[in-house]
Amino acid sequence: MPNPTTSLLSIRGLVKHFDISGGLLDQLTLEKGRLRRRRTTVKALNDVSFEIRRGETLSVVGESGCGKSTLARTVIGLYPPNRGQVIYGDQRIDHLTARQMLPFRRRMQMIFQDPYASLNPRMTVARILEEPVIFHNPGMSAAAAAEKVADVMDQVGVDPKWADRYPHEFSGGQRQRISIARALMVDPEFIVADEPVSALDVSIQAQILNLLMDAQEQRGLTYLFITHDLSVVRHISTRVAVMYLGTLCELAPAASIFNQPRHPYTQALLSAIPRLGEQRSRHIRLKGEVPTPIHLPSGCVFHGRCLYADERCRQEVPTATPLGPDGLVACHRVAEGKM
Amino acid sequence: MKAWWRFKNSYFFYSFRRDPVALVSFSVFFFLVLVSLFAPVIAPHNPYDTSTIDVMDAEIPPSWMDGGQERFWLGTDIQGRDLYSTMLYGLRTSVAIGIGAVLFQGILGIVVGLTAGYVGGRVDGFLMRVADIQFSIPYLIVAIITSAIFQLAFGVGRFEQLAMPLLILIIGISEWPKYARTVRASVLGEKQKEYVEAARVIGLNPVRIMYRHILPNTLTPVLVISTIQVAQAVMSEAALSFLGLGMPVTKPSLGSLIKAGFQYVFSGSWWITTFPGILLVTFTLVVILFGDWLRDVLNPKLYKG
Amino acid sequence: MTHLLEVENLEVRFALRFGDLTAIDDISFHLDKKEKLGIVGESGAGKSVTGFAIINLLSKPGYIAGGRIRFEGREISRLSAEALRQIRGNRISMIFQDPMMTLNPVLTIGTQMVETVLAHRRVGKAEARALALEKLRKVYIPSPEKRLDQYPHEMSGGMRQRIVIAIALLTDPALIIADEPTTALDVTIQAGIMELLTELCETEEMGLILITHDLAVVSQVTERIAVMYAGRIIETGYTADIVAHPRHPYTIGLINSLPGLRQAGSRLEQIPGMMPNLTAIPAGCAFHPRCFLATPECRAARPELVAVNGGRQWAACHRLELTAGRNLLHH
Repeated sequence: MPNPTTSLLSIRGLVKHFDISGGLLDQLTLEKGRLRRRRTTVKALNDVSFEIRRGETLSVVGESGCGKSTLARTVIGLYPPNRGQVIYGDQRIDHLTARQMLPFRRRMQMIFQDPYASLNPRMTVARILEEPVIFHNPGMSAAAAAEKVADVMDQVGVDPKWADRYPHEFSGGQRQRISIARALMVDPEFIVADEPVSALDVSIQAQILNLLMDAQEQRGLTYLFITHDLSVVRHISTRVAVMYLGTLCELAPAASIFNQPRHPYTQALLSAIPRLGEQRSRHIRLKGEVPTPIHLPSGCVFHGRCLYADERCRQEVPTATPLGPDGLVACHRVAEGKM
Repeated sequence: MKAWWRFKNSYFFYSFRRDPVALVSFSVFFFLVLVSLFAPVIAPHNPYDTSTIDVMDAEIPPSWMDGGQERFWLGTDIQGRDLYSTMLYGLRTSVAIGIGAVLFQGILGIVVGLTAGYVGGRVDGFLMRVADIQFSIPYLIVAIITSAIFQLAFGVGRFEQLAMPLLILIIGISEWPKYARTVRASVLGEKQKEYVEAARVIGLNPVRIMYRHILPNTLTPVLVISTIQVAQAVMSEAALSFLGLGMPVTKPSLGSLIKAGFQYVFSGSWWITTFPGILLVTFTLVVILFGDWLRDVLNPKLYKG
Repeated sequence: MTHLLEVENLEVRFALRFGDLTAIDDISFHLDKKEKLGIVGESGAGKSVTGFAIINLLSKPGYIAGGRIRFEGREISRLSAEALRQIRGNRISMIFQDPMMTLNPVLTIGTQMVETVLAHRRVGKAEARALALEKLRKVYIPSPEKRLDQYPHEMSGGMRQRIVIAIALLTDPALIIADEPTTALDVTIQAGIMELLTELCETEEMGLILITHDLAVVSQVTERIAVMYAGRIIETGYTADIVAHPRHPYTIGLINSLPGLRQAGSRLEQIPGMMPNLTAIPAGCAFHPRCFLATPECRAARPELVAVNGGRQWAACHRLELTAGRNLLHH
């Protein structure tokens, strides 16, 4: 059992596959003169387990297609998992009805990547922000809601007197602030942030990261932070989870993962970060390319590109084993003590 | 006040003011709608009032021609009704049927398209197949069958009374798939946007998300096709009436006026069919021109400098 | 000595309904063979417009309003469309952020490459195909023969960008302009592409203009950089010097706001506000509303680039004496 005093949310054996085979007619193929029905599934998440601790920032990093966005959306309940559990506090929430889910909806919120698509263009900022509070507190007076809107706008650094404007009148950075404000309106304790600064310019990125860190400090928030930007991860994370092709490779405290990555993929990924003022970083060149999540490799999903893979890696799927008190790593070579 | 100010300074209003085609077509359209609305006030005669109609006045040519009378500016029709007044009333009927049919098909199409697009899966498959089937049946066949059944069931007398709602129903039913398809296509685009996910994370129920969040963002293409659809519906009405499936002669629409006058074109009374014809063409033309301009100006892919 | 590319006092404007808008205001730089120049800035700084202006590919309302662009000793900003086409895509190639801007999705890689060769050279089809193969090998495409018969959608983003580079190399250009070539790619792929571009500059004796918002990438690849803000170059010089001790407050702010350099978890230094819109560029120094050193002088007079650090750096700021002697990398 996860320890409820430290663990806020845990996921166990999460599997999410998407059927992309389309309609019945698209599924039919002719094979050796016989008509067969074939389904195509994208295996976005394959047996992912870890827990998020109260008050921490757990970052999930990985390259495009590794399943990190799917993970975020499965955790928050936008996608139902095919298998596995999402446990909030001590209650399983992945199979709840919409009504049973409501009390959890106000405890967990989400911030999105694209500041241009995440705000409804036909609603004023005031309406965007008051909708969640009024929905969760039906008895709330209009004046109280307006006061709350002004309060939160103030906190995220958007002048409340602009509440009657539409999203398109704001810059990308300000929109992202409004998006954060919407998440904060219901006073959540857990926020999933899906690439919240990736679409922003460097100088604006710093403003938003500071805002997120301030909000965490003032409100005791817990973040699940999804990003591909490793320098951002290093700056804000308590712990970091590295994903590859829908599986968790390694999870460790930020300092130790950056100083001493254990999984071969983590090592390659971190070696590729461009660093300011360092002439030509020596990055580890991986062979080949990321396979598609439709046809997963056997054994360890990374074996085809790994510099250290052997026969066992090709056959047997490595399980995530604890590494120190705060970490996990899924690699046969590390488990065998050869890395 | 604020909304007006916003509108006045918008790109939309700016390009409207600068485009002569848009200006003229909208003004004419607006004028015609106004005239048809106030037809009872403007028209010198009431074509519905049989007591004022005198068969002796039949087929009087327009006032500027030989034999024309001051009383009847555009002449009279075969029953002795003042053509000018009858046209105003006819336009009123045509516009009412056109707008009514578009409202009906719009509401039906939007509900179906929104549901199909948002729910997806089998519901989507089913609804869109129904739309396809509906689309593949020509509206004339729908009209012929419906009015035949109707006349059989209720008698010709009742039919004359109910012709207008019936036409709205027929034209609406045969054209709703256009709305359903358009709305579904834009719902599929909007559905993936993050603001919809944000609404789901808040916990809002699907109906509220569909109608409060997605629907307002799909209305632009709906607006564009609506203009074209009004023109289309007015023309459908005229065609049906011309074929004798629409408005009866006692309750003239532009179509039934054209039909009534058509038989007399070669006997010299060309005006009975020509003037309503010109009015019909003018009306549909300005609506289509305005719709074209609207489509261009609302197209996000075009440069807006 | 003439440079490969010389841009002098370039000015680009956009003709809009409410009047002209200056997008690029009086910028000058030069580039030599084998040299790599980075143009850095945030969105709206005018860095992409600069790239398009060099090859005169500005789209409709934009036009070159002044200045000179000399390429291999020839003035090219006033060339006829035909003469320009000879240079563009022949002596100068451009690489975009999205490979699909260059690649046609309905043609095979081979067809597209052969067509490119045939458009610029008088050679046979077989010869063109051989040349295509050679260039694909140069960009380290595995099994290039097979790739020639594939369509762009059959390849990953990184592979497509390599193909685009191979196409750019087909005409043996002297200059490559790469506009955010790796922004859409993952870090591991990005590292490979950058390495490739660097290597090609050396082996093919090309000049490279790398347009990007990513200071870290630029600092690893280029010898010199130009930092742009609101349509002007506000600091330029040797990359190593600027990265180690930037002198313009904007460059300082930009480097300070990078999360990688700070103590993890600490507050990032942020530049308040945002880049001004081109329609409302502040008077005087365009950066003054966001600058922590601004004085009334900065509001009144526009600073010009002046040499600092023994001519290794140039910065346009009235208060340069206050920004001397800082070394950001070793806090």
